[in-house]
Amino acid sequence: MSGTPASASRGAGGSACLGRPNGLPHASARTATGFDVERIRRDFPILSERAYDRPLVYLDNAATAQKPRAVIDALVRFYTTENANVHRGVHLLSERSTAVYEDARRTVQTFLNASSVHEIVFTRGTTEGINLVAQSWGRANVGAGDEILISLLEHHSNIVPWQMLAEEKRATLRVAPIDDRGEVILEEYEKLLGPRTKIVALAHVSNALGTVNPVERMIEMAHSHGAVVLIDGAQAAPHLRTDVEALDCDFFAFSGHKLFGPTGIGVLYGKARLLEAMPPWQGGGDMIRSVTFEKTLYNDLPYKFEAGTPHIAGAAGLGVAIDYVTGVGIDEIAAYEHELLAYATERLSRIAGLRLVGTARHKAAVLSFVIEGVHPHDVATILDRRGIAIRAGHHCAQPVMERYGLAATSRASLAFYNTREEIDALAAGIEAVKEIFH
Amino acid sequence: MSSELNDLYQQVIVDHAKRPRNFRVLTEANRKVDGYNPLCGDKVTIYVKVEGGVVRDISFQGSGCAISTASASLLTEALKGKTIEDAEALFESFHELVTGLQPEHDEPGLGKLAAFSGVCDYPTRVKCATLAWHALHAALEGDKPVVSTE
Repeated sequence: MSGTPASASRGAGGSACLGRPNGLPHASARTATGFDVERIRRDFPILSERAYDRPLVYLDNAATAQKPRAVIDALVRFYTTENANVHRGVHLLSERSTAVYEDARRTVQTFLNASSVHEIVFTRGTTEGINLVAQSWGRANVGAGDEILISLLEHHSNIVPWQMLAEEKRATLRVAPIDDRGEVILEEYEKLLGPRTKIVALAHVSNALGTVNPVERMIEMAHSHGAVVLIDGAQAAPHLRTDVEALDCDFFAFSGHKLFGPTGIGVLYGKARLLEAMPPWQGGGDMIRSVTFEKTLYNDLPYKFEAGTPHIAGAAGLGVAIDYVTGVGIDEIAAYEHELLAYATERLSRIAGLRLVGTARHKAAVLSFVIEGVHPHDVATILDRRGIAIRAGHHCAQPVMERYGLAATSRASLAFYNTREEIDALAAGIEAVKEIFH
Repeated sequence: MSSELNDLYQQVIVDHAKRPRNFRVLTEANRKVDGYNPLCGDKVTIYVKVEGGVVRDISFQGSGCAISTASASLLTEALKGKTIEDAEALFESFHELVTGLQPEHDEPGLGKLAAFSGVCDYPTRVKCATLAWHALHAALEGDKPVVSTE
């Protein structure tokens, strides 16, 4: 374990002395919320990389987030001292790897405030979690003439699995519209709920626009019509406190890599009574209790949904990433990012010819924008050569782009290790873009 | 601006991106192909009027980044009056230029197209520079109505 205060080790959540007003490395690190961003930045080795001989300014966190040293160390530690397969060996290493894997599951349970550890299924990521629900719950519960409701804000991964299900079952996919700010129009959403609505699948936070949906209310509305609700938490889990009990969602999916953990690991939370009634999705080892050629008995939750050797090291890394985030404090993170978003919004709004796309009243730290007369890909290339990483394109949300009559936007997405100085660098970079295309 | 960016966004490229030439539907075209880059959404339609193995007229329509728009615009300027063989040879030279296979950038026939020499330092932008050319190639072959970079 590295000795930095923010390098939370397993179970050490809350011990990190971040955000305290002493030991400041330099004055600009102090913010109104008292968040010591310079101290946090030192926990992320990649942030001291240089890009084209300039300091790296990483503003593509909605695509994937960077990893703290503690997570990188956990992966090394796992393969150095703990590696074996889980749940079957009688030897020491298998006991260790099983303990690491199941500890991580308990960490996730606490992080989501799920009532039982059996409700935490490890997946490859959000996409796999959504596909699991569409294929297992969906194929068992959605029939001809039934309806599946999503919003226009969804990422392709929360559209396509439902289209596939709808096509197979001759069900109908309905889409709740958004207004010009990028907020789901709740009256329209409510009108689309009906007796045929079997499942509602909604992003908690839009990856393309940053809109935070009022999911608690939307879940309540859906439940009052008897529908089951899946929340795509890919963009929410790293930035907002998640409480599946308070939300009362039926399923919640998120990805480890956007939460400062490894790629290839994610989580599907599901209410135990729903998961128990669902047929398995993939067949294989670990998901069975006994196999004969006549009949196979399936394993208990959550193993019924974890066929094959899982990404054990990934789960270990995710557990440590969650410990790190909770050590910093998810509410502190949300407050700091809110402040940074306000600063960035104000800074970018002052740039002539720049238009922000997505101006919801409740937003996460995502800034989608277009610059008059300049294509987003040229913006991204020019910024890249100044060391600034942003995303340009449709952000896997083509219907959102279409809603605004755009082929693409540029998108800066922030994390709690970003700084006001980096926003200033972004603004200066955009001015340089305008200079080239003046 | 760094000199590398100057190499990519040369004045002639910015000029053609902002004021594309031959940017219209060619009603008398006898070949028309749509090009599409699904990764970034760039779209281009190339219209060609071919007579006796010669490009009598050529135009384009579409939307995309500065590199793809300027490339299409300069392509139409370069090819008017050229034979199909000349056009294909030019595509080959251009492709070598933007993929860095022609380090000297000294192909005399490229003319203004030499402005794209900086693209080879930006591997992610090669497809932007060649989208219109792939569409042109398909138009000259005349057997595919749509081409994709993927």
